[in-house]
Amino acid sequence: MARYVLRRILLALPALFGLVLLTFVLTRVIPGDPAAALAGDSATPAQIAEIREKYGLDRPILEQALVHIRQVLTGDLGRSIFSGRPVTEEIAQRLPATLELTFAALFLATIIGIPLGLVAALNHNGPVDQIVRLLSVGGLAIASFWLALMLQLVFAMDLDILPLRGRVDVDLGLPPTVTGLLTIDSLLAGRFDQFRDAVWHLVLPAVTLCLPGLASIARFTRSGMLEMLQKDFVLYARAAGYGKFRLYAIYVLRNAVTVTVTQIGLLFGALISGAVAVEAIYDWPGLGTYAVQAILTADYKALLAVTLVVGVVYAVVNVLVDVAQALIDPRVAEDVR
Amino acid sequence: MSAVLTRPLLSVENLAVHIRTDGGLARILDDVTLAVPKGGSLGVVGESGCGKSTLLRAILGILPRGATVPKGAVLFEGEDILSDHGASVRGRIGFIPQDPYLSLNPVFRAGDQILEVMRRHAPGRRRDHKEKLVELFRAVQLPDPGGALAKYPHQFSGGQRQRLLIAAALSCEPSLVVADEPTTALDVTTQREILVVLRQLIAERGLSLLFVTHDFGVLATVCDQVAVLYSGRVAETGPTRAVLDTPLHPYARMLLACHPDRATDLLGIPGTVPAATAQPPGCRFHPRCPQLHSGCPIEVPPMLPAGEGRAVACPWYEEAPRG
Repeated sequence: MARYVLRRILLALPALFGLVLLTFVLTRVIPGDPAAALAGDSATPAQIAEIREKYGLDRPILEQALVHIRQVLTGDLGRSIFSGRPVTEEIAQRLPATLELTFAALFLATIIGIPLGLVAALNHNGPVDQIVRLLSVGGLAIASFWLALMLQLVFAMDLDILPLRGRVDVDLGLPPTVTGLLTIDSLLAGRFDQFRDAVWHLVLPAVTLCLPGLASIARFTRSGMLEMLQKDFVLYARAAGYGKFRLYAIYVLRNAVTVTVTQIGLLFGALISGAVAVEAIYDWPGLGTYAVQAILTADYKALLAVTLVVGVVYAVVNVLVDVAQALIDPRVAEDVR
Repeated sequence: MSAVLTRPLLSVENLAVHIRTDGGLARILDDVTLAVPKGGSLGVVGESGCGKSTLLRAILGILPRGATVPKGAVLFEGEDILSDHGASVRGRIGFIPQDPYLSLNPVFRAGDQILEVMRRHAPGRRRDHKEKLVELFRAVQLPDPGGALAKYPHQFSGGQRQRLLIAAALSCEPSLVVADEPTTALDVTTQREILVVLRQLIAERGLSLLFVTHDFGVLATVCDQVAVLYSGRVAETGPTRAVLDTPLHPYARMLLACHPDRATDLLGIPGTVPAATAQPPGCRFHPRCPQLHSGCPIEVPPMLPAGEGRAVACPWYEEAPRG
């Protein structure tokens, strides 16, 4: 098992290195001169050239790339062209907000999606199954910005039971930063009022973000269950006398969710990109809004850093998914030696 | 002897099982009557599609969706067990499935899968269950009985898995063991070993056995009584030796003649088992029977006693075989 985990981690490294290179190249070939953007509308060509030199933008691209790689490896991602602050600092401020949002969405999608898929499969072609099928198509088809507006209208404006936007109520203040996740930090500080506030702010963005994921998790669980229910071991377990709940919700489900778990890893990428729109609408101070701002200002340093961080998070999540899979199915770790 | 003592442990009485399919109503079993006496062993033999597996599933209460039982009863220790889908007999009937590779869940430890059944159906604490299971592993001659508890199914060979499943079948101390061709998926030498272990355990513990197979050789090893099934009906029953030596029903005769050990040259039976949705009227074997009489396609032949505890569903069994 330890060998397997190590192997998954080592396999993730070349992918990350490739990511560093690729993102660098991509941001340098897209149109938009960062030096000109930085210099402002009224800058003279001389001023632009000066800025270009200052940031090393006049060097050969290969050299820029090598410099960039060295900086990345030493944890120095440079300063934002837009704000002049180190991008690592800016990202460190915003990453926890995005992680909290995406984890919350993933959590919701999983704890609702898996039972939904399970119940649908057990009532194959029954009314519950039809509803779940409808939901899973709808969940993928509904545009998140539309859903976000509708939820805001109903729950924040009409019913006024949930906050319209933002992450915290400023009057309550912030808990001391430990993980950066407000729900956890507030609990660690023993501030239940802050915890409640953090959860309240999370609800609408997380619900909006989770829907497509929920839909696909329910669908994959459903089809995984349907496949597993055909297996001989289910019949045998029934004949041997397993209890109904244990048989389906534990014994068979564990086989069925191996596919779902892989899906969750892939979903995480979609969640982070989905977070961009959701964060913008709910005014959530995360990486999504930061990335939008970086794109609009051609702040390529910030953009590189965001891509890199998202890539690292994605890689870490997928290593975790691989480990989870090996924990669920012991054959996984043994097959790859 | 009193009636209670002679009452069989398991009796299947006039059982019919129908399944609704896209092709129409399949009469998988039709008026099947069988009995397994206490301490006795009955082999059910027949070609694929004759209803052997459905019979087992009816007894175990795991009939497929869409199956109905329009007629008949299954009595276990005198109780009708069809009404509650076998719930009351779990643990009292041990089941050995056909395929040891597919019958264990690959993602749970094999030992835990058996312990779960014991937890539900046998009294006692988990620690006692574990001890008992290791004891059973030893009895079925599984290598390293103590270490086997921590292993997953894929870490055992096919023969070892079948030993596990025999141990599982015995884990709740049943009075009846039901086996569905438990050696079909194994190679010949392993088959022999498994059968020897099974026979020995059944004898030692005084258990009854219902054994389903298509293999007469296996039948002779483990069963003292036999029932030949054809297309959902019983063709012939009797003591194994007598039936194997002098089969009376034309179908049984031809089936035995197909067996490579005894055939002078391989004959086979012309035609195929009729589809369950399109059973011929009268005797279901008549389209393939070499001794066809005018009444055969019209009247369903009753079971006729044929001496020595035998019975045959053919009024013409005393006639010399033709062809």
